[in-house]
Amino acid sequence: MKNEMEIQFSALSQNESFARVSVAAFIAQLDPTMDELTEIKTVVSEAVTNAIIHGYEENPAGTVTITVHLDDDVVGISVRDEGGGIDDVDQAKEPLYTSKPDLERSGMGFTIMENFMDEMSVTSVAGRGTTVYVKKQLSKNKVVNH
Amino acid sequence: MSFSVEVEQKQNILCVRLHGELDHHSASELRAIVDRHLEERETKHIVLNAEGLTFMDSSGIGVILGRYKKLQPRGGRLIVCGVSAPVYRLFEMAGLFKVLSLEEQESHALQALGEAV
Repeated sequence: MKNEMEIQFSALSQNESFARVSVAAFIAQLDPTMDELTEIKTVVSEAVTNAIIHGYEENPAGTVTITVHLDDDVVGISVRDEGGGIDDVDQAKEPLYTSKPDLERSGMGFTIMENFMDEMSVTSVAGRGTTVYVKKQLSKNKVVNH
Repeated sequence: MSFSVEVEQKQNILCVRLHGELDHHSASELRAIVDRHLEERETKHIVLNAEGLTFMDSSGIGVILGRYKKLQPRGGRLIVCGVSAPVYRLFEMAGLFKVLSLEEQESHALQALGEAV
């Protein structure tokens, strides 16, 4: 079955928790495992935090949009901002690289997203914004009914 | 679910007990509380008890590494304990165990630092 939802919210750090909980609640209908749910919540948290800190430089006037598509057991999530964009996406994806070491950012966001999901793509245009798309196939037949 | 921190000073060890969800939003609260204690008191070591953590992302890694760096000039250690499987995975991914020690419980961490318990 296909299903879709979209949420939009202000680029405020208070909304990081709202974002991951909302996505988790939508995905719950696929009966994911606890591990899968934790992984997806972490990935949403990473992408939304990036949008707020890097995309909008913590300017709450910015809007973050999350779209979640479900297609049978496949979850696709896109997190979009219309902020500053990333100059060098390959560099940003390198483990431990951060453009904001003064803010004690670990530089692990994209590495975590890649590790926890099956696919990740980043589209960014300087001055126009960034979209992170991630995809994950959930494990099937967790409970077998006889 | 919100986030809260409980701190207790035991001689030169600052015990920091985390509860709830540690993300970019709550990381600033943790940073402010721990740094205030580092300034005011003769703290050498930090024991970070993650038993009550229900969620953590890479912002948690950043704030923990930042506190580790603050202890370096004092020759102190940072020990984490009560780490759940998902948090352990993040620590491992970030290579945190190269600089931090891991103990199962807070009492073990205190013993490792030589505190009589």
